Amino acid sequence: MTPTDRTHRTVDVLVIGAGPAGLALAARLAAAGVDRVEVLDREQHAGGIPRHCHHTGFGLRDLRRLMTGPDYARHHVAAAIRAGAVLRTSVTATGWAAPRTVDITGPTGLERVTATAVVLATGARERPRSARLVPGTRPAGVLTTGQLQQAVHLHHQNVGRRAVIVGAERVSYSAVATLRRAGAEVAAMVTDQPRHQTHPARHLGTRLRYGFPLVTDATVAELTGQGRLESVRLRHRDGRTAAVVCDTVVFTGDWIPDHELARSAGIALDPGTRGPAADAEFRTGEPGVFAVGNLLHPVETADIAALDGRLAAGPVLRHLAGRPWTPGALPVRVEAPLLWVSPNRIAPDGPRPPRGRFTLRTTRFLTRPVLTVGQDGRTLHRGRLPRTVAPGRPFHVPADWIAGADAHGGPVRITVD
Amino acid sequence: MTVTTTGDLPGEVYDVAIIGAGVVGTAIARELARHRLRIALVEAADDVGNGTSKANTAILHTGFDATPGTLEARLVREGYQRLTAYAAETGIPLEPLGALLVAWDAEQLAALPSLAEKAVRNGYDETSILDAEAVYAREPHLGPGALGALEVPGESIICPWTTTLAYATQAVRAGVALHLNCPAGAITTGEDHHEIATPRGVLRTRHLVNAAGLYSDEINRRLGHEEFTVTPRRGQLIVFDKFARGLVDHILLPVPTALGKGVLVAPTVYGNVMLGPTAEDLGDKTATGSSADGLASLREKGARIMPELLAEEVTAVYAGLRAATEHGDFQIHADPGRRYVAVGGIRSTGLTASMAIAAHVAELLTECGLDPGPEREIEPVRMPTIGEAFPRPYQRADLIAADPAYGTVVCHCERVTRGEIRDALTATVPPGSLDGLRRRTRALGGRCQGFFCGAAVRAQFDAATAAQDRTEARR
Ligand SMILES: Cc1cc2nc3c(=O)[nH]c(=O)nc-3n(C[C@H](O)[C@H](O)[C@H](O)COP(=O)(O)OP(=O)(O)OC[C@H]3O[C@@H](n4cnc5c(N)ncnc54)[C@H](O)[C@@H]3O)c2cc1C
Ligand SMILES: Cc1cc2nc3c(=O)[nH]c(=O)nc-3n(C[C@H](O)[C@H](O)[C@H](O)COP(=O)(O)OP(=O)(O)OC[C@H]3O[C@@H](n4cnc5c(N)ncnc54)[C@H](O)[C@@H]3O)c2cc1C
Repeated sequence: MTPTDRTHRTVDVLVIGAGPAGLALAARLAAAGVDRVEVLDREQHAGGIPRHCHHTGFGLRDLRRLMTGPDYARHHVAAAIRAGAVLRTSVTATGWAAPRTVDITGPTGLERVTATAVVLATGARERPRSARLVPGTRPAGVLTTGQLQQAVHLHHQNVGRRAVIVGAERVSYSAVATLRRAGAEVAAMVTDQPRHQTHPARHLGTRLRYGFPLVTDATVAELTGQGRLESVRLRHRDGRTAAVVCDTVVFTGDWIPDHELARSAGIALDPGTRGPAADAEFRTGEPGVFAVGNLLHPVETADIAALDGRLAAGPVLRHLAGRPWTPGALPVRVEAPLLWVSPNRIAPDGPRPPRGRFTLRTTRFLTRPVLTVGQDGRTLHRGRLPRTVAPGRPFHVPADWIAGADAHGGPVRITVD
Repeated sequence: MTVTTTGDLPGEVYDVAIIGAGVVGTAIARELARHRLRIALVEAADDVGNGTSKANTAILHTGFDATPGTLEARLVREGYQRLTAYAAETGIPLEPLGALLVAWDAEQLAALPSLAEKAVRNGYDETSILDAEAVYAREPHLGPGALGALEVPGESIICPWTTTLAYATQAVRAGVALHLNCPAGAITTGEDHHEIATPRGVLRTRHLVNAAGLYSDEINRRLGHEEFTVTPRRGQLIVFDKFARGLVDHILLPVPTALGKGVLVAPTVYGNVMLGPTAEDLGDKTATGSSADGLASLREKGARIMPELLAEEVTAVYAGLRAATEHGDFQIHADPGRRYVAVGGIRSTGLTASMAIAAHVAELLTECGLDPGPEREIEPVRMPTIGEAFPRPYQRADLIAADPAYGTVVCHCERVTRGEIRDALTATVPPGSLDGLRRRTRALGGRCQGFFCGAAVRAQFDAATAAQDRTEARR
């Protein structure tokens, strides 16, 4: 065997990432009679992020019932296997040998797999402290929610006694529960926004149960401590600073898609989501390469990712049947304070996006904002949202205007005033 | 092979003890191990290379811009040759990319010829002056406004972690006793030997080498010497994501000023791009934190050098402290009467100069009465491949076929396998912490900083440490 020997294989569909999105898609395709549907995951177990989200709240939109993260992951794994998809774990897609040919590494060796359709379902992660440029020393005890959940729920490790949580969105409240489960006290939750960004009931419930201070309009100015974290210095909007003593800090939210494979294929990214630019049928700019789940919208809940997978089955089947690759070419962009829109490519004569609407995010609270969709100075749609929108939470714009967009015009822009 | 981390020090009298297991101390230990001597290397931290040596810009300098005639100039030049050869032999990641000293204004442009002449006086005659067009042909992503550059083809990037570890591994395998968690305290110098107090008992040695980095002045004073005072000069750095690597192909240096080498943009051997360092004189030898001002000023400078770089994600931020002194040269002094050599003031070129410093110190020890005896061959070492210039284990069918653990990726961002982590945990000089494991394998050092693999890597580390504790308890 030479150092670089690879076995070559061909499959119909290669799905990279066995989270809710990839698994739901594989199950649909296998059930629709596609012969060789293979799903890879680099983790030892399939299921994606929900494997370590040990709380309930999963499955409402796709399965019409509520279950815990691990149960939800098991459900999707079983459904994919039952339908006849091949699941392979501890296998990492490391790069591309050709446009639809992927190089992979696993304990059984190196392989090169060519597929008629490659689906990227690689998910998203939270930005760590370094990427947020938080100054200070580099002590132990600095985590993201993802690491925290795995440490506590998958490995039963100690995470410290007193923690500060940075961020006050959905996932930050999951971090509170995980910390408490691990026996740690929450010293404070900190957000640079004027209020938390989860559902009021969730916020109230968590606070009544665990009683921790929520510090608003504040950022983390510095971490201190040599071996272990000793304190977090907060800076309030008015310039005052205060140190909070703690041995753990959890940086939550601030999502970035795991776009490594997409980017290394030279697939164009959307400047807002930073995932691959994709149209209403989950098509990227690279023929035969689809993208689904949080890779496209960092982040939505797990059931939305799974619905993506289901909805992508139609377009993938049509591609397998030989439909020409003509993804929507017209970009849809947002302007600050909006953060991203998904999908972000359209074909004016093509199908509407999933559930007939676009999903958006904002970087700051907007009270009943008026959204304008325009192209080359022409207004395609204008409307007031019925409620306040918060950072870290989805809101939507209907898609009925897309037939009015000019396929040969400039980018469509969504703005607020 | 001896590496101790706890318990009483052995009662023997060593021929030589070296205080400080940074890149300099370990290089000295390795050099002396080429003779049949009883050698102790004592280190305050729980690992080798845990001081300045872990946090620098990782450049192997030709020495083209040193002050001609200084000891530093000679040792950097020699060290460059020695370490280049050693890296090839041991597998220390090294990439000879070459540097461009970019001139951004007329004054800097005018300074290039004299820099070229200075290089010649330092024994380096391969530089050439490029016009703006040639600069942009080599570095198309450079920001606008570059007027020209001095090209220094020999400047290289290297892995500082593997370098220190290779020295330490080879030294320990050749018989050097490495004592970690062993800060040297009060020193009593007798007729025949020194007695050094440590929390783990008294260390006895006939000859003493002080390679204590930032603390070398304090040790020096304990021996009655006052030649220099160390003022820590902090350097903060930003490491950008691997996707930035395609933007830059050379080490991009500014034209040096009186304040030092200035802020550079350079690839790393792990496939990232680095921006830094700052230069701030501080009073605190433990101030290895980054600051908001420091990071802001780096971003400002980076935006000029390479605007596209700033759009990339940041992987890591860190700071190191150079051991600056009031002198413009290394402070290496021998005191034959006390059988003592001080190796202080090894400021911003110590990684490059390390092997030459070691050879120089060995000579000084002979002048101090040490009889090294005949030279012997010591067992060569081969270090794990953690650089990107050669195939890593996850890319090697032959390794994976022999051991599937090399096909099981644990740290996804850096593609570190279970096999590599296992090997590091059972190596001659095993890591004392997750941070030490990161420096040996890159695990936890990638863009997610542990989001995906943090808990799994810790589990493997904890299991290995627990297994080690059990064997030690049985002994
Ligand atoms: C910490 C955290 C807490 C969350 N809490 C909740 C919650 O309480 N409720 C909720 O509804 N949603 C929650 N979410 C969001 C939810 O987990 C996601 O919406 C959902 O998992 C997204 O599914 P996905 O399939 O797109 O990606 P993921 O579940 O992220 O799956 C992606 C998979 O791709 C694999 N992969 C990536 N790259 C490669 C490669 N190169 N080779 C092989 N495999 C690869 C990964 O190992 C991973 O298993 C949370 C997310 C996080 C990060
Ligand atoms: C920002 C920055 C950039 C740099 N860039 C480069 C570069 O590109 N190229 C280059 O060649 N050089 C560079 N350098 C310089 C290089 O890193 C240093 O010269 C080199 O690491 C010094 O090594 P050392 O062994 O002397 O010190 P250290 O690595 O600090 O080792 C000294 C050791 O002594 C130990 N110690 C201290 N006191 C005691 C005691 N009482 N008892 C026991 N142990 C003790 C410490 O714990 C420490 O481990 C840079 C430095 C910095 C800070």
